[in-house]
Amino acid sequence: MNDAGFIFGSYAVTFGAIALFALATIRRGRTLSAQVPDEEKYWT
Amino acid sequence: MTQTTEVTSPQSEPTATVSGTGTVATRIIGIAALIATAWLVAFGLGFSPADRDQDESVRIMYVHVPSIWVAYVAFVVTAAASGGYLFSKRHSLGFDRVAGASAEIGALFVAVTLVSGMLWGRLTWGVFWQWDARLTTTALLFVTYIGYLAVRRLGGDHHQRARRSAVIGLPAVLLIPLVHWSVVLWRSLHQEATVLRPDGQVSMGGLMLFSLFVGVVAFSLIYLWLVIHRSRVAALADFADDRLLADALVARRHEGGADTDSNHVDMSQTADINDVQHPGGER
Amino acid sequence: MIRWRHAMMIARKDLLVEWRSRIATNQVLPFALVTMVLFAFALDSESVLQRVAPGLVWLAVMLSMLVLVQRAASLETEDQALDALRISGVDPTSVFWGKSIALLAQLLVLEVVLVAAAVVLYRADVPAGGIVLLVTSMLTATAGVAFVGTLYGGLAAGISGRETLLPLLVLPVVAPVLIGATRALESALGTAGAVTSEGWPWVGLLAVFTVTYGVAGSLAYGPLTED
Repeated sequence: MNDAGFIFGSYAVTFGAIALFALATIRRGRTLSAQVPDEEKYWT
Repeated sequence: MTQTTEVTSPQSEPTATVSGTGTVATRIIGIAALIATAWLVAFGLGFSPADRDQDESVRIMYVHVPSIWVAYVAFVVTAAASGGYLFSKRHSLGFDRVAGASAEIGALFVAVTLVSGMLWGRLTWGVFWQWDARLTTTALLFVTYIGYLAVRRLGGDHHQRARRSAVIGLPAVLLIPLVHWSVVLWRSLHQEATVLRPDGQVSMGGLMLFSLFVGVVAFSLIYLWLVIHRSRVAALADFADDRLLADALVARRHEGGADTDSNHVDMSQTADINDVQHPGGER
Repeated sequence: MIRWRHAMMIARKDLLVEWRSRIATNQVLPFALVTMVLFAFALDSESVLQRVAPGLVWLAVMLSMLVLVQRAASLETEDQALDALRISGVDPTSVFWGKSIALLAQLLVLEVVLVAAAVVLYRADVPAGGIVLLVTSMLTATAGVAFVGTLYGGLAAGISGRETLLPLLVLPVVAPVLIGATRALESALGTAGAVTSEGWPWVGLLAVFTVTYGVAGSLAYGPLTED
């Protein structure tokens, strides 16, 4: 494949950034969950 | 993510047995998003053919185009939720959290769109950036939502935040038609839209169109998963904020030597309450 | 009608405050002229300056607008003037319109001076055929800028990070005005062979922008300032 570096790079950047954001969100959610009583978690 | 357990006694100390923001539904959405992403990678990088004009670089389009479309959707959701907050009777903070979560994800998607677009531009045009209408207006869109997110971090109470940001988030959505039609308006270098064209005709090969479709499905699922989790995290953060404030007030009362078991607070101590910094942000 | 009278009263009050303090005439106007001169230093070529004169005029307007809005916002915050206005029972829509009209008046004076400066410094000339387009586009664009400035100024009043936040918020929003107004002014001045008829579609775009922010501001100014 021509220009493989650019093409794979664009996929890597896109999904890498999204994965990092997702990971940060989940981790923050877990940390905060410990401080908040279950009654406040409307999704439970 | 442990499974949800019933809260046994609401009277006792606040319990936190639910760890995280996941539920069965989000797990299903998450798995679907992962599968769709795997399909997108397989079709985008493998099965779909190289383009006649753009050669292999067309493969970047399968992430570039869906990410900006979903970013548009995210900003429309922000505007709708902002309107919901402003114009509903209850002024529910739930609307505000969805608006903020959606704008954050939209800004992320615009950012990755800009990066993948730059890489594509380097391959096709030979340069990373062109000052053409589409790129310029997209950069403008990005900066506008960075400003929106900055307003959300100004501090103050939650309703202040909600009101301020809703006033910005609602009209900002008008940039989207400007971005989409900028190519027509300014007759620029950027590709004209191939799928969402004004005349309703689609000019694209079958397998390429299918790959793009897979991309749209994948990014939509990713968005849905992210926005649910991010809104829940925002709800947790708001609650933790409020509790920190309440705790700080109790601590102040202790310092003043007041009896915390009774609700009696004399005037000298209420004056102190105003000095307690709100933990929501620097003021 | 009472709303309109209130709006005019507030506009008069704001202009009177500005006039008495002389800040607009003694500081903002010279600031705008300094930026015009600095553009000339930076570009340092008469043909280039003549080509880009319309854009520079509008850039100078945008920068001066920021300064004016910052100042208005700090005035409102200092003595809780906005709170006083709010509890006086005046409809927030009237407050929004009054403040917009005051800002519009100041900006229009500024623009006349800046166009004159462009004629003198950048050798732009104003053909007789372009005057109608010049005036219409300037009025439409400036009204839009004034609405945006007032709305975001109201948002920023009472926030501590105002000085740094306001440019970040306002400049992207007024960027479409910068584009449209510059193209219209180019047509009006006949810059680089542009013809007058090319300018009118841009006036249409500016009008859409202005109406949008006029409506948005009228609706949102109340909820925005009520904290």
